[in-house]
Amino acid sequence: MRKLLFESLIKPTLTEAPPSPADAAVEELAKTLGKQARRSLGRSLSIREVDAGSCNGCELEIHALNNAFYDVERFGIRFVASPRHADMLLVTGPVTKNMAEALKRTYDATPGPKWVVAVGDCGLDGGCFAGSYAVAGGVSAVIPVDLHIPGCPPSPSDILAGLLALLDETNRPARS
Amino acid sequence: MAAFWQDILKDREAEPHGGWQHHAIDESEWTETAEALDGETAVLLGLWGDRGTIRMALLDEATNDVVVLALACPDGTYPSIGKHHAPAQRLERAARDLFGLTPRDCPDPRPWFDHGRWDLRHPLGEAAAEPADGAAYEFLAAEGEGLHQIPVGPVHAGIIEPGHFRFTANGETVVRLEERLGYTHKGIEGLMAGASLDRAASLAARTSGDSTVAYSLAFARAVEDALRVEAPPRAVWLRALMAEIERLANHLGDIGAICNDAAFALMLAHCGVLRERVLRASEAAFGHRLMRDRIVPGGVTTDLDDEGIDTIGLMLGEIRRRFPALVELYDNTASLQDRTVTTGSLSPALARRFGAGGFVGRASGRAFDARRACAYAPYDTLSFEVPVLMAGDVDARVWIRIREVEQTLSLVEQILDRMPAGPILAEPGKPSGPREGMALVEGFRGDVLAWLRIDEDGHVGRCHLRDPSWFQWPLLEAVIEGNIVADFPLCNKSFNCSYSGHDL
Repeated sequence: MRKLLFESLIKPTLTEAPPSPADAAVEELAKTLGKQARRSLGRSLSIREVDAGSCNGCELEIHALNNAFYDVERFGIRFVASPRHADMLLVTGPVTKNMAEALKRTYDATPGPKWVVAVGDCGLDGGCFAGSYAVAGGVSAVIPVDLHIPGCPPSPSDILAGLLALLDETNRPARS
Repeated sequence: MAAFWQDILKDREAEPHGGWQHHAIDESEWTETAEALDGETAVLLGLWGDRGTIRMALLDEATNDVVVLALACPDGTYPSIGKHHAPAQRLERAARDLFGLTPRDCPDPRPWFDHGRWDLRHPLGEAAAEPADGAAYEFLAAEGEGLHQIPVGPVHAGIIEPGHFRFTANGETVVRLEERLGYTHKGIEGLMAGASLDRAASLAARTSGDSTVAYSLAFARAVEDALRVEAPPRAVWLRALMAEIERLANHLGDIGAICNDAAFALMLAHCGVLRERVLRASEAAFGHRLMRDRIVPGGVTTDLDDEGIDTIGLMLGEIRRRFPALVELYDNTASLQDRTVTTGSLSPALARRFGAGGFVGRASGRAFDARRACAYAPYDTLSFEVPVLMAGDVDARVWIRIREVEQTLSLVEQILDRMPAGPILAEPGKPSGPREGMALVEGFRGDVLAWLRIDEDGHVGRCHLRDPSWFQWPLLEAVIEGNIVADFPLCNKSFNCSYSGHDL
């Protein structure tokens, strides 16, 4: 173990430069955040991830955000274990009818001001599962959504670009 | 040697569907078959409903024969298999929720997928509107002095899928665990009914995100089996390449994540880097990190160019350089071994009885691997070993993954060496009448079964996808008994069952 740890000290870092905040995300946030209470998050964003019925593909890529290449903690972004500790819910999947109440209750348990980011094509409008007897729809069918990050699944860079846009926008003074 | 069902079926002629045996049987034969499921070599591969028909797939492990038996249920009932063979119980409950087919004398009459929130009952059978009431679910009772319950989920603490675990504990020790699943039920089989092959293939690819290649492959092979067409040789080899790369990525992720659940984050950090390298190579070679929608009925959609081959070669080299040190780290860290060895032990008898596939079965002495048992191309010409251990604990499930990573590295090299040239896609065509087809494919988690019926118009009439997790989830309930609550995440991660693949 000592050898591995020592190597990690002398080898160049794998962490890459961050992507620039996604343009589409900045545009969407300008609309959704405009009327909401703004609070400067500073350089800290606590995220509670909620799988509301996804195929698990988005979860894999959200997991990847924590690896050495993306290392989201350097931006002050961290995943927390309870909605009560969270500033933001990161929701994936078409919301299944069997998960709708759990999602709503998770949202209600998150203290305000709070943001909701829907990840993946399914999170937008149910994606390829829209219209099923078991699917309520996209995330916005159950709770208000501030930002959508499309993709099936979106790559970690796409997700990171969206989250950085959210950090930037929420730190900007409110428009009058 | 004849398969165990031959005595029951005698010399009956099989129905003309695909390459597997299909038989329509009567109730007494159905019951006789259920009684023959002995938990030794007679294995239940799946059980699923259709309108007015219940089907089951069986495997004889002594001969590696597979059969599909269909029983017509004109009155909507059939003799329960679960009464004789516990692994069938959840499948029967699911078939009743979806189709309204009732297993007679089923020991567990509770719903499974239907949480009372769909506004209708039996959505795939004779659907009837029913107001969503979200009725409370009755968990099985565990009684005794000093017992307390710990409800967990469906929203969990990590970045994982939703499901509910009801623990009954005595102090720190788990007395009983009961799972309640179905939260991610999206109605995939309902959406597939009447869908075009393209649409159904894209749904199959979204059944379980980490096994998207395995599901696409199972679906495509089932279609090809039904239509009696074959994918071009190059496509067959490219499919195997993608399947092995998917296995590699998932096993690397799992090894890191299991160690992380034993509070050994260093392993997660290193395995996470290797997993990311695999995903990046997939993106470069096939244009998608998870290789989703690359396998379709008739072949594959993306060819591999020289640059892609080089990228995969570099990735293999990197893993070959880095992985041995991580294996050594796992093997030599006493604090880690202290958590994994003898934790969550699954007995070989139970693994056999449930026909548990993948690392869960192979860590408990069940050597079944669809690549070997069904020997589908190109695995019939590739050289690989199927690692098997007997200990059945978390440690054994880690070691199976480690050995499989090594086998997979060799398989990828063999496939790259011998990749034939030629076209990658053949038009699957249309059937002359309704046709049934099936496929059994080895995903990273175990054998994925796909069964489908294609109607005359070329659309999917009915498609059933059976995740390996169906026969692993119930075993997780068994292995946690007597362990401490704090070891549950470790046991759970070492199983890494799929929620979405199971819930459909």
